[in-house]
Amino acid sequence: MSAHPIRMAGIDKSFGPVRANRAASLDVAPGEIHALVGENGAGKSTLMKILGGLVEPDAGTVEVNGRDVTGWSTSDAIANGVGVVHQHFMLVPTLTVAENVVLGNEPRRGMLFDRTRALTDVNALIQKTGLVVPADRRVSELSVGEAQRVEILKTLYRGAKILILDEPTAVLSPPDVRELWTVLRKLRDDGGTIVLITHRLDEVIDISDTITVMRAGATVGRMTTSETTPAEIAKAMVGRDVALSVPGRETISGPGATADRPSSAAGALLLEVRDLSVSDSRRIRVVDGVTFSIRAGEVLGIAGVEGNGQTEIVEAIAGLRDIAAGSVVVSGHDVTRATVKDRRAAGIAHVPEDRHRRGLILEYSIAENLVLGAQDEFSKRGSLDGARIDAHAREQIAKFDVRPSTPAPAARTLSGGNQQKVVIAREMGRSFTVLLAAQPTRGVDVGAIEFIHRQIREARDAGKAILLVSAELNEVLALADTVAVMYRGKFAVTMPASDATPEVLGPYMTGGNSRDAA
Amino acid sequence: MSESFRLRAEEALLPSIVALLIALILGDVLILMFGESPAHVYSRMIEGAWGNPYGFAQVLYKTTTLTFAGLGIALALRAGLFNIGAEGQLAAGAFGAAIVGISLPAGTPGLVAVPLCLLGAAAGGLLTGGLPGVLKAKFGAHEVIVTIMLNFVVLALLNWLIVERLRTADTLHTPEINAGAVPRLSEFIPAFHGSAANVTFFFAIAAAIWCWWYLFRTPGGYALRATGLQPDAAEYSGIRVGRVWIKAMALGGMLAALGGTNFVLGYKHYYEDGFTGGSGFLAIAVAIVGRNHPFGVVIAAFFFATLSQGGLAIHALVPKQMVEVLQGIVILAMAAAVPEVQRALRSARKVVAA
Amino acid sequence: MRKLLITVAILLAVHTAFLVFSPRGTEAVADPDATRVGIVLDVGGRGDKSFNDGAYAGADSAMKRLGADIRFIEPGEGADREAGLRLLAAEGMDLIMGIGFIFTDDLIVLSREYPNSNFAGVDFSVGTDEAGNVIPPPPNVAALKFREEEGSFLVGALAALVGNSKRVGFIGGMDIPLIHKFEAGYRAGVKHVCPDCTVVAQYAGVTPEAFANPGRGKELALSQYQSGVNVIFHASGATGGGLFEAARATGKLAIGVDADQAAEAPGRVLTSMIKGVNAAVYDAVARVDGKTFKGGVYSFGLAEGGVGYVYDDNNRALIPDAVHRRVEQIKADIIAGRIKVPSTR
Repeated sequence: MSAHPIRMAGIDKSFGPVRANRAASLDVAPGEIHALVGENGAGKSTLMKILGGLVEPDAGTVEVNGRDVTGWSTSDAIANGVGVVHQHFMLVPTLTVAENVVLGNEPRRGMLFDRTRALTDVNALIQKTGLVVPADRRVSELSVGEAQRVEILKTLYRGAKILILDEPTAVLSPPDVRELWTVLRKLRDDGGTIVLITHRLDEVIDISDTITVMRAGATVGRMTTSETTPAEIAKAMVGRDVALSVPGRETISGPGATADRPSSAAGALLLEVRDLSVSDSRRIRVVDGVTFSIRAGEVLGIAGVEGNGQTEIVEAIAGLRDIAAGSVVVSGHDVTRATVKDRRAAGIAHVPEDRHRRGLILEYSIAENLVLGAQDEFSKRGSLDGARIDAHAREQIAKFDVRPSTPAPAARTLSGGNQQKVVIAREMGRSFTVLLAAQPTRGVDVGAIEFIHRQIREARDAGKAILLVSAELNEVLALADTVAVMYRGKFAVTMPASDATPEVLGPYMTGGNSRDAA
Repeated sequence: MSESFRLRAEEALLPSIVALLIALILGDVLILMFGESPAHVYSRMIEGAWGNPYGFAQVLYKTTTLTFAGLGIALALRAGLFNIGAEGQLAAGAFGAAIVGISLPAGTPGLVAVPLCLLGAAAGGLLTGGLPGVLKAKFGAHEVIVTIMLNFVVLALLNWLIVERLRTADTLHTPEINAGAVPRLSEFIPAFHGSAANVTFFFAIAAAIWCWWYLFRTPGGYALRATGLQPDAAEYSGIRVGRVWIKAMALGGMLAALGGTNFVLGYKHYYEDGFTGGSGFLAIAVAIVGRNHPFGVVIAAFFFATLSQGGLAIHALVPKQMVEVLQGIVILAMAAAVPEVQRALRSARKVVAA
Repeated sequence: MRKLLITVAILLAVHTAFLVFSPRGTEAVADPDATRVGIVLDVGGRGDKSFNDGAYAGADSAMKRLGADIRFIEPGEGADREAGLRLLAAEGMDLIMGIGFIFTDDLIVLSREYPNSNFAGVDFSVGTDEAGNVIPPPPNVAALKFREEEGSFLVGALAALVGNSKRVGFIGGMDIPLIHKFEAGYRAGVKHVCPDCTVVAQYAGVTPEAFANPGRGKELALSQYQSGVNVIFHASGATGGGLFEAARATGKLAIGVDADQAAEAPGRVLTSMIKGVNAAVYDAVARVDGKTFKGGVYSFGLAEGGVGYVYDDNNRALIPDAVHRRVEQIKADIIAGRIKVPSTR
């Protein structure tokens, strides 16, 4: 087995005027976990789509296990043991885990689907890989982490020996990530080859053996993980030095990290939430009697495994969910029953957790998105004031460094980081007193993370009250003055950020410690 | 700039042209199966629709109804709602206009009577379109179901009113209106003599321009389109989604209802049971083929009007059903070429969990 | 984009190739001296097995026997009726016919514009002025009217006498006065021979589509048969197809309308109420052909043979002789004016 499982060279691919890959290459040795890193839009996904047979390259060669397979189809790829686990799950929610795993390759008895054998097969696979999921449960009842395991099982069931994972940790909690690493290492040790697409440097360091860095469609570096540092990787990704605001043992120092935070105890109370309860559509309490307040110049960070009420608490404050009990007061005004519009007028700015669903109208231009919610103010005698909207857009684009730097392109065409910058520009570019920032850096690249964190710090320094919700514990620790952990609709713990470390908070996130430490 | 314009134009038009050609070729095969020559049938069709002033004016007449109804459907679709009720709205509008026209004293000056009749039509549309909007916003009732049912309710109610209350003996229509009639185009263009085409055609064009302005140049239109594209994002931004739905359905109903004035004010001067003959349903195709763009709707309405008028002219050669089949093929082919429809079809195949 | 352009080119070539095809060569040249007739059919169109097909049959025999050249148009919406008539008038047809009362207004307009053309309207509705006097149609329009209630009276009597049930059925197409005439005559016929019988009368709808909805027809028929009805008479155009299907399925009896519909459900069609649309159409064409055409009201009832019921080898077995004699007696009474048949419900 001297042939390399994957060898891609000189790959060119253009979509219209956009060159997604230019002379990109990838060389993966047998039995390694290979991290493919790069900013959003660096061409990682395109390269993997070419490998998986979804896209045909304009130029270049693709070899799998020493065989030239350039331009093959998805079914060829599957038949030859190349499996892709996508970022967005492709599961049928109403079917069971076992049924989803065997879908497309169902074991049959005569003409009929052999349910019993499907279940035994899948259970055997679960045993072998350590990807623990209840095989007879419906997918709709699974957590996100479990659903992802089903996706991986599905790929392995089809006989994949080369596994490509597209940003697998974006939706996972820290314990889930650790479990995923265990599974991946086991798969590697059993002779599998794994390509991991990511832009989280800590993960790269944690799990990978070798790293390929892409920038602007080209491959710009290949390094051995044990011989490099996050700073070096980040520099290769962005093309310049980056201040990484992620504390922890392997923290790269840089200006503007955690230590120089000004004290913020004395500000006025801007957001007060008392005994807030929210029920979901099944009338189950998803936020259960939460009380907190945020002063001017303070950041309250809510950490926790996703799905413990963080989404609902933010949406309830923003006016997107009915409040079952309790009250929300902004700068002394009770807005518990106010409309979204009135809350915005009262001073709430809101960066929603899902920019594709809530934060942007994807078909609208950058300029149009920048006035979303303020369209009435940007009109004159009943008509939209095109000139003012355009001028406003140019101003915000320059201020928030949105690229491309013209107002006309549709939001859909922007990279994730730039889409998020449009949302940030709209919400923070106008006057506000309270900022609700839900997962503000989800799915954006290192450069954009740095920029967004700076914006949040500047807002804090300007005396705003900020509620930060993030699945990234490191992000919460880096930005917050006070940290709360949410578990099953309640604050499991609230403590000053200076006392908080992943080790202290970890148990609260999984319900292991219910004592209030604050 | 011109390069990108050319690209955009190609992107917008080429799929439609391909679809149209496919429809034409299928039509060729059908016509050959009836033992006729395609060239002969098509030329006769074109000749019947555009080859003489009368035929052309009839096309304009049909364009008027289809434009109004198509606009009503397109406006609702822009807000993300499927208004299947244009057939009933057309009838309600025609009836409303007729009632006002009958109630006015004879000799009321047109400048007063016509706007009043248009208001009467709009009121009919406001009721039949607004109701599904309110039910959707307040109770989550699906607008497709409600508008379909309302078609039956409206047509049955109007039929009962005509048969039992307002009928003139031995017919299926109301008495003639006393005021509010608008001139036919033949008064200005004598060659159009005998055609039903009338001044409401210009009302339809004006309505299309208004729709364009409203949708793309006003904050209300901005909110309406945002609601249609991403209701969650619209809600997030402070737009009251329920109110937008009600507004879009009410406006859509009123636009479709104004199409009824083409028949009542411009042509027969009375409301006749069943005059719509399915125009309200054909208008769904008009809206889709016109890509929910007001000007696209006008073009699509003109196209389908041509097909309908041309279809009359070829009855001697091929049965009516063939014209209907041809129309169906065109609708299917054109609809399949619309990017929005393609996207919907694609996403319907893809099931995403979690 | 380039791929699409190539597709366009290929499709265009295929289409052009088809245009060259001409299966019949040139069209059959019509006899220049033939009487030229244009007929605009009602909604429902050809293939309804009753009203429109009756008109078509009359025209067809006129083509065969008189050598007339006849063109048909089937309208789609309200404005198409006038457009169709106009299309034909503009071609200088010798006779232009509208099949259905709904053509009344359109025929009046056209007949004034083309005073030298002849027009005829089947079921043309003749208005009355305020004093109740009949307003005659324009001089070049023949109003071909039928007294359907008379024929319906006979089949009503037949249905009650043969049905062996106190319930008899009626299915109408569109809920309008014209069809009410059928129901009224039928009802009166039933009551005439069986005063304590009830007539179950239902309509398929309130739009012209109600004449072209066999699915609805079957639904109504099955529910009536279920409720103890043994004979159903329909006046619903193509919707009646559903009745015959139901009759075949249940083995119960149906009565056809307009034309002899015995073939629709062999052995299950008790009779058909004949409306001589074919005869009326043929008659009008023949008058034009013979240069004796005149405007005015032509009323066709039992006396004129314009309406009637079928009694032949197909259904003789279904109708006992005594019943046949009784119905013939009623027929004679109506013709003689001894029985007055109502035309409204």
